[in-house]
Amino acid sequence: MGLRGDAAIVGMAEYRPERHYRGERIFMLEQWADLAALALADAGLRSSDVNGLVCANIRESEQFVPSTIAEYLGWRVNFAERVDLGGATPVGMVWRAAAAIELGLCDVVVCAAPARPTPSLPPDQPRAWSPFGASSNIMGSPQAEFDIPYGNIAQNCGYAMIANRYAAEYGYDPRATAKIAADQRTNACANPDAVFFGQPITIDDVLASKMVADPLHVLEIVMPCAGGAAVVVASKEVARRTKHRPVYVTGFGEHLMHKTPTYSPDLLHTPIGPAAEQAFGMAGIDRSAIDAVQLYDCYTITVLLSIEDSGFCAKGEGMSFVAEHDLTYRGDFPVNTHGGQLSFGQTGLAGGFTQVSEAVRQIRGDAGEHQVPGCDTVYCSGTGGIMSEQTALIVQGG
Amino acid sequence: MAELNGKPRPAPIPTTKPFWDALSEDRIHLQHCADCGSWVYYPRRRCPSCLSAALDWQEVSGRGHLYSWTIGRQPTHPAFGDEGPQRLIVVELEEGVRLTTTLVDGDDADLVVGRAVEPVFDHGADGMTLLRFRPTRD
Repeated sequence: MGLRGDAAIVGMAEYRPERHYRGERIFMLEQWADLAALALADAGLRSSDVNGLVCANIRESEQFVPSTIAEYLGWRVNFAERVDLGGATPVGMVWRAAAAIELGLCDVVVCAAPARPTPSLPPDQPRAWSPFGASSNIMGSPQAEFDIPYGNIAQNCGYAMIANRYAAEYGYDPRATAKIAADQRTNACANPDAVFFGQPITIDDVLASKMVADPLHVLEIVMPCAGGAAVVVASKEVARRTKHRPVYVTGFGEHLMHKTPTYSPDLLHTPIGPAAEQAFGMAGIDRSAIDAVQLYDCYTITVLLSIEDSGFCAKGEGMSFVAEHDLTYRGDFPVNTHGGQLSFGQTGLAGGFTQVSEAVRQIRGDAGEHQVPGCDTVYCSGTGGIMSEQTALIVQGG
Repeated sequence: MAELNGKPRPAPIPTTKPFWDALSEDRIHLQHCADCGSWVYYPRRRCPSCLSAALDWQEVSGRGHLYSWTIGRQPTHPAFGDEGPQRLIVVELEEGVRLTTTLVDGDDADLVVGRAVEPVFDHGADGMTLLRFRPTRD
């Protein structure tokens, strides 16, 4: 079952994350065009080579997004997909592109997620920002009726409740989760593009930072910033004429079962479990073959559960695993070598792309100071909502 | 959407109205599947275990325990600023279903997974009753 490993990431573009974006404000369609052009140039491919696209939402249109993008960029595509998996979207985009290529539908697919601020709109236009965040307050939505009225809104408290349930079942070591943030900050301090470059932190700094939703401290929670990213996925035949080492997609998985954690059938066995199992089975490799992991890290608890449920340690042993391993780019279990979204920056919906982009950089050998020596095989995860949907990806150098 | 004092409030739909009507009378009615025996929360048109439409309403005690909790020290939404710090909890009822709710009439020391809780019917001026919980006192 699954991919043969005949599709590769051959081009990428990533805007440096910015906490205070002061550049020109352009619309998301325009950002899509810029990111696509950059990623195609990186690959050494032309716009006329493109015959597939994968998008998420754009500000300018609530529906018919793929055709709007195809028209704006002048593309004629045989495969057009809109992915709606929150932070799991970028990994979800890449495997869909690879699958479409292996099916022979297309051979050059652009996936992009613009995430820079857009121009202000007249007051009669629908607002891009909602105080309910990822929760839906539309009548008939279960969240509107059974969650929002109690103040259970957005992400922080949901992840905090997952952490407290974990604590009750398996125990909780605050120094271990804090170490995830500190180790990732070490990685960011070796990456000049990271928003927290030059600002190292210690475990004690994390534990002394403000409590936001017990047991999560502010330094264990991502801070949104501006950015954006795109990748070009192409067939093996096309990959041979591109400029960089191809990064083949050899395994993937996706799993979802709830939107609000209250209603999850099993809060502590997260969806990444079955997704990872499928990905490793498809790639036909063991966990020990992985040179670095790039794990979606909206919160430290997300990283901890993703290490466990992806099978890198036994269930319930994540805290001791983290405490016993060096998670930095110099370490024995490199995690989020770019700094992760916690320290590189969470670029909105492009946040999950930072994990994919870093995998590509590592396999190309382009990661500079934070390069993991001889990095050929990388595992990436994506997480949307509140552990609501998760995606797994295995990529290997050609 | 419905609001009371600036706070978002439930807007029942025909499928869910019996649940809210019961709460207004200090009773908890849950759906129970006649085909597979599952208890269902939140109310749905079909059973999420077997997709049967044979769902009956049955009264339950509301006794349960804390499945998980957190203390929101920043308002989760501007309208909840007056409730801070918010004692947000998930309660598992004796029937096994879980609910999103808040802990009232207790303090932070009561926020322990497994703590026994009992229902509090919070009647609002808009006629809606929210189902909150307090620690069970022996």
